[in-house]
Amino acid sequence: MNKFTKFNLMALVVGFSFLYVPIILLVIFSFNESKLVTVWAGFSTKWYAELFNNQSIKDATWVTIQVAFISSTIATFLGTIAGIVITRFGNFKGRTLFSGMIYAPMVVPEVIIGLSLLLTFVALAMDRGIFTVTLAHITFSMCYVAVVVQSRMSSYDDSITEAALDLGSTPLKTFFVITLPIIMPAVISGWLLSFTLSLDDLVIASFTSGPGATTLPMKIYSMVRLGVTPEINAVSTILVGLVALGVVSAALINKYQKQQTNPQT
Amino acid sequence: MPATKLNLINRIFNGKNAVIGIPYLWLLVLFLFPFLIVLKISFAEPIVAIPPFSSFFIWGESFWPTIQASLYNYIFIIEDSLYINAYLASLKIAVISTLITLVIGYAIAYSIAKSPTRWRGILLMLVILPFWTSFLIRVYAWIGILKTEGLLNLLLLSLGITDQPLTIMNTNLAVYIGIVYSYLPFMILPIYANIEKLNISLIEAAADLGCRPFKTFWQITIPLSMPGILAGCFLVFIPAVGEFVIPDLLGGTETLMIGKVLWLEFFANRDWPLASAVAVILLALLIIPIMYYQKTQEKAIK
Repeated sequence: MNKFTKFNLMALVVGFSFLYVPIILLVIFSFNESKLVTVWAGFSTKWYAELFNNQSIKDATWVTIQVAFISSTIATFLGTIAGIVITRFGNFKGRTLFSGMIYAPMVVPEVIIGLSLLLTFVALAMDRGIFTVTLAHITFSMCYVAVVVQSRMSSYDDSITEAALDLGSTPLKTFFVITLPIIMPAVISGWLLSFTLSLDDLVIASFTSGPGATTLPMKIYSMVRLGVTPEINAVSTILVGLVALGVVSAALINKYQKQQTNPQT
Repeated sequence: MPATKLNLINRIFNGKNAVIGIPYLWLLVLFLFPFLIVLKISFAEPIVAIPPFSSFFIWGESFWPTIQASLYNYIFIIEDSLYINAYLASLKIAVISTLITLVIGYAIAYSIAKSPTRWRGILLMLVILPFWTSFLIRVYAWIGILKTEGLLNLLLLSLGITDQPLTIMNTNLAVYIGIVYSYLPFMILPIYANIEKLNISLIEAAADLGCRPFKTFWQITIPLSMPGILAGCFLVFIPAVGEFVIPDLLGGTETLMIGKVLWLEFFANRDWPLASAVAVILLALLIIPIMYYQKTQEKAIK
């Protein structure tokens, strides 16, 4: 089992090439002088400059950032509570339905979630716009946060919280002084996950958004439908770069925290 | 207020119930209730109005409304072979791409689990990174590679492997590539998590007793990693059936997937009741795999 064979090495090389070559090509061709995406005509950053002059892309970016920031913050709050409820509250009434509602949004096709939310907003006579997209994003993001928090909760030793409660700490204080610091890395990764999910979402945003609230993925999608351009490559490169930066720093924070809590390892 | 009544109020509004109540209520209102609305509207008929469908409840003289439900949309879907074919094609495309993803994903997950410990963190990170990167952008990246005058054909032609450009873009093959590529991390992560926890002594015992590596792999490693395989397959299969972005951007006229049909009914034809009925049937098809997936997830927590 422990022997790492040539087959394993090959699987990793081929597998990771498959995962990364398309993204790397996308990044390379965003610096292409030519408008043709497949013919290299020299290095140029003119597509980035063009991007910064494109008002509709700037507007869409601002909408997306607002939605992602607000929805991920509220989703982290709700999802953390949900993750704790599912691991620590035992068999309360309606637990099966609750855990069903936590796991379902991750697998139910996006078109169904989008359609159902849109019809709800129409039924409630809510005007569609940034607010409704944010509500929709909170709903699916909180489920991802719940799962991340729940997996951290189920791996930590409950005797510390019991000790705090035995020594007379109130449940609320115990939560803020003991539980929250322990699960903090999970809460932070939950927030980052929600943020990128919101940043990425095209289908649900298309259903739940209204006039004047075009998100960046919606804008990119309408550009892609007109053809492949280096400008789309440029905006994609910026997004990929930001996400990579976020994921790498989250991993480093996590590693640092682990070293802080278990100095022996 | 009588003491018993106060007790009851305290019991309902104690801290624990309030904590459960916040996320519970949110999901009831914005996840479960919307499905009931979709179900309701799927029984309506399209009319030219705002909103564009007939009402379900007719409020008359009496206290209870009369219910006006029509099976019109369901009959329409069953009688028109376009919809049946789209459901079947979506299931077929999802099954085939799940199997391809499983083979590739297992090879990668298994190899990561066998790699030196110091590599594993970075390798896992490399799996997770694309999973965080925009789905739309990753699908878009393939257009430039697969199209007739794209990078793949450029490479194949210049190497002399083919003398005519291959037509991959706007075919089902492109859709398979797109689904496998986009969902690969969903397959690798649960399988890796499972293989990593495997009891190595069982594999060593098989080897000690003279079992050949290949047989050990088939008879010990694969069965033991079944929970990871199942979780990965569900995570790929269920969303793939209702996929919209991939068939829309990479598929062609031959690609008829139900997620795209639903999208077109809604946005292009503005037939909300029909789109709702398409969604209800899609959910009915997926409810068994979804419930099964949830059961395995529940078991994993306990």
